[in-house]
Amino acid sequence: MKLELGIIPINDIQFGAESKVENGTIYVNADELKALILEDETLKSVELDIARPGESVRIMPVKDVIEPRVKVNGEGAMFPGMISKVAPVGSGRTNVLRGSAVVTTGKIVGFQEGIIDMTGEGSKYTPFSKLNNLVVICEPVDGLAKHAHEKAVRMAGLKAADYIGKLAKDIEAKEVETYETVSVKEGIEKWPNLPRVAYVLMLQSQGLMHDTYVYGVDAKQSLSTIIMPTEIMDGAIVSGNCVSACDKNTTYHHLNNPVIKDLFAQHGKTLNFVGVIITNENVYLADKMRSSDWSAKLCEWLGLDGAIVSQEGFGNPDTDLIMNCKKIEGKGVKTVIITDEYAGRDGASQSLADADAAANAVVTGGNANEVIHLPKMDKVIGYPEVADIIAGGFDGSLQADGSIVAELQVITGATNEMGFNPLSAR
Amino acid sequence: MSKLRVVHYINQFFANIGGEEKADYQPELREGVVGPGMAFNQNFGEEAEIVATVICGDSYFNENVDSATATVLDMIKSQKPDLVICGPAFNAGRYGVACGTVAAAVKKEGIPVITGMYKENPGADMFKKEVYIISTKNSAAGMRDAVSKMAPLALKVAKGEAIGASAEEGYLPNGIRKNFFEKKRGSERAVEMLVKKLNDKEFVTEYEMPSFDRVAPGEAIKDMSKAKIALVTSGGIVPKGNPDHIESSSASKYGQYDIEGVTDLTAETYETAHGGYDPVYANEDADRVLPVDIITEMIKEGKIGSLHKYYYATVGNGTAVANAKRFATEIGQKLVDDHVDAVILTST
Repeated sequence: MKLELGIIPINDIQFGAESKVENGTIYVNADELKALILEDETLKSVELDIARPGESVRIMPVKDVIEPRVKVNGEGAMFPGMISKVAPVGSGRTNVLRGSAVVTTGKIVGFQEGIIDMTGEGSKYTPFSKLNNLVVICEPVDGLAKHAHEKAVRMAGLKAADYIGKLAKDIEAKEVETYETVSVKEGIEKWPNLPRVAYVLMLQSQGLMHDTYVYGVDAKQSLSTIIMPTEIMDGAIVSGNCVSACDKNTTYHHLNNPVIKDLFAQHGKTLNFVGVIITNENVYLADKMRSSDWSAKLCEWLGLDGAIVSQEGFGNPDTDLIMNCKKIEGKGVKTVIITDEYAGRDGASQSLADADAAANAVVTGGNANEVIHLPKMDKVIGYPEVADIIAGGFDGSLQADGSIVAELQVITGATNEMGFNPLSAR
Repeated sequence: MSKLRVVHYINQFFANIGGEEKADYQPELREGVVGPGMAFNQNFGEEAEIVATVICGDSYFNENVDSATATVLDMIKSQKPDLVICGPAFNAGRYGVACGTVAAAVKKEGIPVITGMYKENPGADMFKKEVYIISTKNSAAGMRDAVSKMAPLALKVAKGEAIGASAEEGYLPNGIRKNFFEKKRGSERAVEMLVKKLNDKEFVTEYEMPSFDRVAPGEAIKDMSKAKIALVTSGGIVPKGNPDHIESSSASKYGQYDIEGVTDLTAETYETAHGGYDPVYANEDADRVLPVDIITEMIKEGKIGSLHKYYYATVGNGTAVANAKRFATEIGQKLVDDHVDAVILTST
């Protein structure tokens, strides 16, 4: 399966009479997009705003971040099974509006939503401070149940990203990146001497605000399976969760999965990147055992020499991570795991809730408990008062002067466990 | 600004007094720089200066630890230093233990101090959690490298500046995790680590697996119909409104709540403060996490003696082990004082 990504650099977003992409700027007819999103009867209101790199703007509570993309040719459309028909994506050509994103916010659903600061201390920790963000502020109708509220906002984000993406269908790409996964047989013939490596991508699936969707299927209702890396680039995996903001994989992270990108960079050179195994992180012990048995079995069956395992979330999923690692190593497949840490505000506590000697190669995205001070911003899009209750916040997090003192946990994407950032800890 | 006053601790070998045959050399205080102190002074530039050097034989120190430490400490304090440097000791075992012992004693006096040694020096494991130990090569050939790392960290410690992560500053990991920005993103580091592992080359994990505590189960209750049972949960069940503001993640506290006479938890009276699981079902009926209703029924049926009037709750979500241990110790003591026979501990 082969996919070309046509990269269209975006330097700005503006509201305008006509929605279009021109000279690196996205123009959005706000009324048109709002009307599209408000077709969902569970939403009471939708507002749009723009947050650019370097502006004194805070967005909170952030639910999801999505990069606008569009299928130019090849089967299917973006986000199959969610907002487009189920069809195998991952081949042909997809245009990418690089440098832009849709960010969803609005009244809080749970505790797990985050903060994006476009400047200052907080902006160093989130990759989304470097993007031109179209912020979609959704408010639910009165009395809407939490599950329906989460779904409405999730779908609104996807629709907005799809709407923006489609504006770039006929735009000429500045550069083209090509990614290809060959069949197992062809790979063995082509690179007989290179170690065979797969990526075991763990998907958060613990329930409300902790779910992930694969071709529209709730990952907690699925067994471990195989997916092509290019399918993920076309939106086959969508985030429905906010775990803790710092280590949730947003839809943006899935579309731009860095492990996939960095394995492709070594593909055919130091290793043979065979493909991606996805597995879930359910709450029941039997599910954890079954799913990790299954991912280890797939690793063995693919004849792998090595695997990178990435986690999502922390605490309870540490068990899934260690089970996966131990069982895959048990099949004679060497692993590196990517996680983050909850070592306490003083950094002195054990970082993970589970451990095993087999996990001897660990990459960490940093200690999410470390306390940071976020200066006041000139403008807040959303609800600053939730600083005291979101995961990582505490009573008094929101200071009288509008600044926030909280754990790094509150920053969307700060300790990402796909290894999206340079942040680490020792 | 005047230069910081530094006292340097070294052994008989680096003082050019002699090798093993002079290892019984007794503590001596000399003015100014001796041996490797020169390199430190050069590195300090205008910021600091070694004003005195304390020399002691390795055998003498280790065979007379208490008295030698006291003597050396007095000599150091007599110079009123702003900073003390011990070693570096490289892979010399007794020298490493002496450097660590002196450094720890100096630190207890509130005087800034660092040392340096090879990671396998026995002194490293003994003292790396107490004082900053710069990781050096295993022989004196690594002196220049050692000094180039020790001098900057020493100045930072002396001036009370923020100390970065071990990987940045070059000290041996001391169990305190600190964030810092690597040059490469995590996924690239993971791929590089895997390629090394696949090729049987040396790689360095970013997090060493800890060894976990194990708790032996208590003795079984022989007659539950007479037992007083308490409920404790890390599932975050609190009276509606979360009166103690227990955090949704990284809890810094727990709550004690009176449930005398309560037979059922309802959506109007209780909720969860926990931010790590789907709260909808716990909010609908908190008995799902804290089973007050079933216990009440079992008491009526005579299966359980009684329910303790208080329950204890915290949020087990990213909660530091140190906090969890503290909560458990305090709650445990209260339950013992109240003559509770057994606890049902529910997690989520």
